[in-house]
Amino acid sequence: MTLIRLHQVQKRFANVEALQALSLTLEPGEVLGLFGHNGAGKTTTMKLILGLEKPTQGIVEVFGQSPWQRHFSTLRHQIGFLPESVSFYPQLTGREVLHYFARLKKVDTRQADGLLERIGLTHAVNRKVKTYSKGMRQRLGLAQALLSQPKLLLLDEPTVGLDPIATQEFYGMVDELRDQGCGVILCSHVLPGVEKHINRAAILGQGRLRALGSLAELRAQANLPMTIRVTSALARSTLQQQLADLEMSTETMRPINGHTLEWESSPGNKMRILRRLAQQPELDDINIQEPSLESLYRHFVEQPTEVRS
Amino acid sequence: MSPILHIARKELKDGFRNRWILAITLIFALLSVGISWLGAAGSGVIGFTSLPNTIVSLASLAVFLIPLIALFLAYDAIVGEDEDGTLLLLLTYPLSKSQLLLGKLLGHGSMMGLSTLLGFGASAITILIFAEGINGPDVLLAFGGFVLSATLLGCVFLGFAYAISAWVSEKSKAAGGALLFWFTFVLIFDLALLGTLVATEGRFHPELFPFLLLLNPTDVFRLINLLGFDGSGQGVLAVAQDLSFGPGVLYSVLVLWLLLPVGIAYRLFLKRPL
Repeated sequence: MTLIRLHQVQKRFANVEALQALSLTLEPGEVLGLFGHNGAGKTTTMKLILGLEKPTQGIVEVFGQSPWQRHFSTLRHQIGFLPESVSFYPQLTGREVLHYFARLKKVDTRQADGLLERIGLTHAVNRKVKTYSKGMRQRLGLAQALLSQPKLLLLDEPTVGLDPIATQEFYGMVDELRDQGCGVILCSHVLPGVEKHINRAAILGQGRLRALGSLAELRAQANLPMTIRVTSALARSTLQQQLADLEMSTETMRPINGHTLEWESSPGNKMRILRRLAQQPELDDINIQEPSLESLYRHFVEQPTEVRS
Repeated sequence: MSPILHIARKELKDGFRNRWILAITLIFALLSVGISWLGAAGSGVIGFTSLPNTIVSLASLAVFLIPLIALFLAYDAIVGEDEDGTLLLLLTYPLSKSQLLLGKLLGHGSMMGLSTLLGFGASAITILIFAEGINGPDVLLAFGGFVLSATLLGCVFLGFAYAISAWVSEKSKAAGGALLFWFTFVLIFDLALLGTLVATEGRFHPELFPFLLLLNPTDVFRLINLLGFDGSGQGVLAVAQDLSFGPGVLYSVLVLWLLLPVGIAYRLFLKRPL
């Protein structure tokens, strides 16, 4: 069953067009990355899916129902949400906070204790939340979102404030949930590191969908150049001459230092260049960098091409 | 268990934890025991004088304190959760806005009820134990009515606090609004009525005037506690002396006064942007 279906959704606040003609779907066992600058419509999209806002036009369906309708309330047990910034109840301990949310979701408080352990907060469960670091708060937020084993998980900026190790652990947990068949929407503007953990990316700009697809699809669509960097003991000019047949002109090859050259090339040339470079005995190192999610993001936001689906 | 009860339980627990309930109870107990025994010190008598005098004095005290405490307790009920980010989260839970509001009212209302019962109960007990020549059931009845009406009055002002809290976008504005409500209903309303009465030398619609008192929940509360005693009211209440509003009417008016702000708070909460 399709978890989320947005079809030609429009949302207007007073006289601001927050979203226009947005169409998206999310299937079970899929992680969709939702990217965009501030005010691009990420949060509005989340609120529409959560039923906190009603679309001005178009169809929003979650579990096949309209989430802003009253009877949707019973399906909310199956949704986990981690808001962007939540300070919880500073006077309560971590355990008390999670127990409160567990009761509201009609989940056994013993299960909540199990989650606290899994999330790595066991040492701090009896401390007041106001003494928690940002990372611990974020873990508590995630534990809250995982109560009742959700079928749909919405995460808004989940790794803000987490250190690299905690971020890795966090994504590990997302991968695990996806493997169990949970559908995840991951909203973020921290792009590095996210690539490996998402199945598809949706890029929003000014309330419109700029791009939607897997990273490979987006790369093909954007056709952004890859970056090649070679290091050699040879003098730069000699190296440049030897590699002259690779590109139309050697002008584009930039020296990084005395022994390293860097240039951009069309992704279609990748294998040809690799074969040629591999035959070059004087080279000490070869590095090919494909366009990152970040450069794809910049490409789609800065060159408005609209996606119709 | 309904989410209303879970929310109420959390509010009540918070009340115990941050010593709110303890503080309010102590204030009520100290002041009411003091008033019961020293209330007539002005006329040169120390000790318990009479039940009507005591209840009327307690009512004049409660009329200032209870609205203030209720407003203070609940002014951040909605705007506070919004600022902490928990409101957005709670609304994604299987829980409606009306349940959230009623849970808060039940929790805060129980806190008010509990503190009033314990605080004013303390003075009822000292009277029962130490005063001479009193009729036990009379004391219990008078104090029972007092505690009930005081709790209702507290809930009315909790309702005002929720309406303010659902309306404004910042906690500080809610606090300011709460103070404004307190001034209006506790001080300005009576002053304005009294002023009109004096300026027109009592000729301003003498039949209509007592009904104007029903427009202020604090005056309704005071009227309830004057009932059954032949002691005449002080200040503006003197105008209602000849008027016989029964307890049924007065309690119904107070309940209406509770429904009105809670209803408004709910409407404002529904329209509040997230």
